[in-house]
Amino acid sequence: MTIKVKIPTPLRSLTQDQGLVSISATNVESAINELEKQFPGIKERVCEEDGSLRRFVNIYINGEDIRFLDDLQSSIKDNDEISIVPAVAGGTIEI
Amino acid sequence: MSYEIALKCRECGRKFELLAIYSCEFCFGPLEVDYDYDQIKAKISKESIANGPSSLWRYEDLLPCDTSFKVDIGAGFTPLIKSQSLAKHLGLKNLWIKNDTVNPTWSFKDRVVSIAIARARQFGYQDLACASTGNLANSVSAHAAKAGMRALVFMPDDLESGKVIGSLVYNPILTMVDGNYDDVNRLCTELAASNNWAFVNINMRPYYAEGSRTLAFEVAEQLGWRAPDHCVVPMASGSLFTKIWKGFKELQHIGLINNLDTRMSGAQATGCSPISKAFQEGTKNFVPQKPNTIARSLAIGNPADGYYALKVMEETDGSAEMASDAEIVQGIKLLAETEGIFAETAGGVSVACLKKLVESGVISTDEETVLFITGAGLKTVEAVVDNMKPAIMISPKTEEFMDQFNKLK
Repeated sequence: MTIKVKIPTPLRSLTQDQGLVSISATNVESAINELEKQFPGIKERVCEEDGSLRRFVNIYINGEDIRFLDDLQSSIKDNDEISIVPAVAGGTIEI
Repeated sequence: MSYEIALKCRECGRKFELLAIYSCEFCFGPLEVDYDYDQIKAKISKESIANGPSSLWRYEDLLPCDTSFKVDIGAGFTPLIKSQSLAKHLGLKNLWIKNDTVNPTWSFKDRVVSIAIARARQFGYQDLACASTGNLANSVSAHAAKAGMRALVFMPDDLESGKVIGSLVYNPILTMVDGNYDDVNRLCTELAASNNWAFVNINMRPYYAEGSRTLAFEVAEQLGWRAPDHCVVPMASGSLFTKIWKGFKELQHIGLINNLDTRMSGAQATGCSPISKAFQEGTKNFVPQKPNTIARSLAIGNPADGYYALKVMEETDGSAEMASDAEIVQGIKLLAETEGIFAETAGGVSVACLKKLVESGVISTDEETVLFITGAGLKTVEAVVDNMKPAIMISPKTEEFMDQFNKLK
């Protein structure tokens, strides 16, 4: 599956300033691992050492919080858009 | 004099300059103000506080802003009232009510906005903004008016008319958003990134949130410099809850109180209860909810400080409860009928949850308990209007009145 991932400003130093990157993945977990392959260092910013999502990072698939779906196992379809969004003040930074 | 020294990430501990920033650039954890407590301890005393003004500014040495920038419309130092009737009704021997309905815009939000606007002026901002469930917009609008700043306030479009008029009267730029608070907050976080505005609960949040500690300072001082056995506090984002606890801990750290064994219990509406539900399920990883409750001021489905609130409950052997809409209305009426205090829906939540905590034995009858009532009832009349005993309607004739009056007996 080819999907697009929106990268928030604080992580763009790792993606050569790209705000939107295309990757192949079947679920959120594999998307994060694929991002790490292409942009080393990004996973430790988004995930704890045990691979779980950091407490103040939210991930959305087409605007829906993955906690309302199947968390890191949420599946991804072709052309889906994933947003990585630092959670702030109960809300989110959407860039 | 103020003694803040840095912002510190609550997750990874990295330190940052005292700027208009709010999240850690490494791990995205929230930033919190760190103080030079040794200097505060050397400067502050019970006497210096007692000689201060009858407002939250009596604790200026503990507040993270230069007080020459303060905008004072009288926030804080609200009454701590000894409950007789409600205590008896609930079966508690020792109950106090912290009545924060009497703040300038009738909610505790005047405390947090006091700090946020002072800090915003210190940073040189011209515009004060917020994402709000209502009370915060009222307070931001009022304080900005006093300071001659422009106010930009954003709220969901389904709020009570008292909350809407309670902002508009101060002539802010009020934007009502088709969505819930979490949608509003998300929008505002985007706006904060691209506009040079002081969003009190976004880029000013580390400073803003510290204002809630003044509730703990006041309760301790009003009890004769000691902490109570138990606090029952309403929770929306969970910030107020965690900051009251932080306030008590700081007082102990700087030697203004000796013992601290306070248990902290949180109150939410059943229709928006991510924190209480997580507590009852024994986890600190709450699941966000889509709110559906009359307690609009507590309707934050994705609470920023939910995790930390749950940690405080664990640390203090506290608890959490939730109240249905019907129980909230009963809570409002019970408080009004027993104590003469008309609270908004959040107060109904607190009363109802206190009742449940006593009934279930979580709070024992001899625990000295403080109930936090954080907003006034005229803001949310819609919630209770259909649950009132009707008025006697007559033409101005004695016999008509006596006739109806005698029917009441």
